[in-house]
Amino acid sequence: MSAVDAAKKIVRPYGDTTGDGMVQVSFTLPVSHDKRAEGAAVQLANRMGIDPAMVVHAKPMGDGFTFFVVYGRVNHLVDLNAVQVVERDFALLSAKEVNTVVKQRLRRKLSVVGACIGTDAHTVGIDAILNVKGIAGEKGLEYYRELKVTNLGAQVSVPELVEAARAEKADAVLVSQVVTQRDAHLHNTREMSAAFREAMPAGRRPLLIVGGPRFDESMTDELGVDRIFGRGTTPGEVASYLVHALITQRKAMA
Amino acid sequence: MTGKLDLDPLLVARARELARRAGQPVVDLARSHTTVSVERAVLRLAGVTGADPDGIPWVNRLVDAVVADVGLGHGVAVPVFDALAREGVTDVTLLAQKAAAGSVRFTVPTGRAATAARSAARRAVGAGIRRIDRRRAERDRLVKRHGDPKQRPWIYLIVATGDIYEDIPQAQAAARAGADVIAVIRSTGQSLLDYVPEGATREGFAGTYATQENFRLMRAALDESSKELGRYVRLTNYASGLCMPEMATLAGLERLDMMLNDSMYGILFRDINPIRTFVDQRFSRQVHARAGIIINTGEDNYLTTADAVDEAHTVTVSQLLNEFFAHEAGLADWQLGLGHAFEINPEVPESFRLELAHALLARELFPDAPLKWMPPTKHMTGDVFRGNLLDGFFNLAGVLTGQGILLVGMMTEAVVTPWLSDRDIALQNVRYVLGAAGGLHEDFVPAPGGFIRRRANQVLGEALDLLERIGEQTLLTAIAEGTFGIMKRPADRGKGLAGVAAHEADYCNPATEILEGDAA
Repeated sequence: MSAVDAAKKIVRPYGDTTGDGMVQVSFTLPVSHDKRAEGAAVQLANRMGIDPAMVVHAKPMGDGFTFFVVYGRVNHLVDLNAVQVVERDFALLSAKEVNTVVKQRLRRKLSVVGACIGTDAHTVGIDAILNVKGIAGEKGLEYYRELKVTNLGAQVSVPELVEAARAEKADAVLVSQVVTQRDAHLHNTREMSAAFREAMPAGRRPLLIVGGPRFDESMTDELGVDRIFGRGTTPGEVASYLVHALITQRKAMA
Repeated sequence: MTGKLDLDPLLVARARELARRAGQPVVDLARSHTTVSVERAVLRLAGVTGADPDGIPWVNRLVDAVVADVGLGHGVAVPVFDALAREGVTDVTLLAQKAAAGSVRFTVPTGRAATAARSAARRAVGAGIRRIDRRRAERDRLVKRHGDPKQRPWIYLIVATGDIYEDIPQAQAAARAGADVIAVIRSTGQSLLDYVPEGATREGFAGTYATQENFRLMRAALDESSKELGRYVRLTNYASGLCMPEMATLAGLERLDMMLNDSMYGILFRDINPIRTFVDQRFSRQVHARAGIIINTGEDNYLTTADAVDEAHTVTVSQLLNEFFAHEAGLADWQLGLGHAFEINPEVPESFRLELAHALLARELFPDAPLKWMPPTKHMTGDVFRGNLLDGFFNLAGVLTGQGILLVGMMTEAVVTPWLSDRDIALQNVRYVLGAAGGLHEDFVPAPGGFIRRRANQVLGEALDLLERIGEQTLLTAIAEGTFGIMKRPADRGKGLAGVAAHEADYCNPATEILEGDAA
C-alpha cells in the first residue's frame, strides 16, 4: 500500500470527482427488449446498490435476451482496514523466471513425474497441468525448458508410480484425482504417500503434490502430502510452487 | 500469385520443393505402417457400429481381438471377413460381439479363402465409402439450394457447453447472428482417448464430446438453420488426437463440412507418437479429400508457445508441409484451410504492420487456399476493452489480406468461456469491419521496397533456411530436436506408439485401396 493509500481509510469508486461513487456495469437479462426490460435493468442496478442508475445502452440479442450497459452511483463504502486477503505463500513466477531460477540455482533439469492413480481414468487435470497445450491460455509444465516432465497417464498403480519416480529421479510427483466415489481420491492419496514413505528415506523423497476439484487444500498433513491444489489451479501456479518448495525455500533453510 | 509482395517465384518454387523433400520420407513411413485407429476406421466403413455395455466401441473390441490372435500388421479387414465367412455370420457388429466374448478365433487366411475375404471386405468398405460420397453430393445440393455466405471471410464461431442439447440452440442462435461456420469444441482430453465415445452426450470438460450421434444431431439442427437463413451453415469438429482416422470417417458419414486436421499438432502439443500421428494423418486426409471436407491446420498454435515475430517463419514452413501432405493425400487447394494467427505482442512497435506482412505472405503463397485466420489469445489480458480493440484490428487485417475463414475473437478470451453478450459484441465487431472495409483489400497494395514487403520477404527467406536445415536431417529428426513450437518429440516416444505396426507383406486395407485408386 502506497503512502497515499495509507492515509485513506474509507474509499468509494471514482468516476471523475472524488467521492462520486460512479461505476459502470454490463449484463444480460433473459427478456425481450422493451420499456419493461429497461425498467428491469434499472431495478437490478438499484438492488446492486447503484442509485441513481442510468441505462445508457440496451440492445436485443437473439430471441428473448437484452444486453445492458448501466452507469450510476453506488452508495457502498469500502473500509480499507477491513480488507482481508489470503496471501499465497509463494511468489507467482513467469515461465521464463521459473526456467531461470532452475537453471541458475538447481543447475540441472527439475524432474517431474505425473499420473492419475488407481482406477481414475480422468487425465483432464494432469494433462491440463502437464501437456504443452495447458489450460486457460497458460502452457503446461512440458513447455518449461528447465523442467523434465514424465506423464504416466491414467490408471497407474502406486508401485508403478514409485518405480517411475525412482527411475526419473523425480524432484516432484504430481498426482491427479478426479473420481471421488466412496472417497476414492482420499484413499488413493493416502496409499500413495504411504508407499513413498516406505520406499524412500525422508531426505530423498520427492515432493508429493496432489490435485483435483474435490480436495480440501488444508488436508496436507492428514493425507501425507506436501501440497494440495484444488479447482482452477493453473500450470503457472504449480511451476511457481515447485520452484518455491524445491529451490527457493530449501536454499533459504539450508 | 497476386503479386502484392513481389515474392521471387524461384524462391517460392524452391520452398515447395524443399517441403516435398522433407515430407516425402514421412509419407513413405505412413504408407508402410498402420495403426489401431486406421483399422478401426476401416471397420467403421465396413459397417461396425455401437459400443459394449461399458461404452467401449465394438470396433475397439474387434480390433483388439484380431490383434491378440494375429497382430496388427496384416490389417484387420482380411482376418475379420475371413472369420465372418467361417462363422457364417452376416453382420460385422455381431461378429465383434462374438469376438469380444472370446468365441471367435482369427487367422490370416491364404489361397482362395484370402481372395474371398479380400473381396468381401472390399465390398463392405466400398459401401461405407459410397455413403460418404452420397453425403458429399447432398452437401453440394444443399449449398446450391441455400447458397454460400455472401461475404469472405466466412465467419467461424465456437460453441462448447459440454451438453449437445445446450450446444444446439446456441449454435442456431450464433448462425442467426451471422455465423457461417459453427465449431463444436471437444471435451478437454478427448484427443488422448483411444476410442470414440458413443451416443448423445450431456457432460464434458470445457467442451462437448465428439461422437457420431452428436455430429448427426448438430448437422440436422444446422440444416434447419440453413433453410431458415437461406445460406448453408457449415459444421466443424476435430480430426486430431489418437482417433483422428475414425473422426474423419465419422465426419464424412455425418456430412461435417470442416475438420481441424494438422499434420504435426498432436505430436507437438499432445505428445502423441510422431509415427502414429503421420500414419493417422495420411488416412484421415484421404477420407477428408473424398468427403469434400475442408481441413483447418493448426499453425496458430506455434505462435501461442513461441514468439510470433521471431518464429513467424515456422508457420510458413508448417503451412508448406501441410500443403504437401494434403496434396499427397488427394486434397484440393480449396480444401486447405491453412492456419495462422494474430499473436504478435501489441507492445512491439509496428506490430500491426508485421501482422499484415505475415498474413499477406500466407495469402500470396497459397492463393487458392481458404486460409484460416485465428484471433489473438496470448496477449488478451482480461482487459476486455483493449481486447475488443485488438480483435477489431485482427478483423481488419483479415479483410485487408483476403483471409478465407475468420475465427471470431472474443474480448473475454482467457477470462470466461464466451457469454451470449460476448459473442454478440464480437460479431458486431466483425460486422462493422466487414461492412466498413470489406473491399479494402483491393486498394491495399504495400509500397514497393516498403516495410511490409521487406518483412514478408525476410520471413520467406528464414523459412527457406529452416527448410534447408530440415532437408539435411529429415523431418522426424527436426521434430525430435524441437524445431517447431519448442517441443522435442523423438519418434520412439509419445502416446499411442503401441498401436502402430509395420505392414506385413500381405497387408490389406480396402479403404486405402479405394481412396487411392479413385484419387489417382
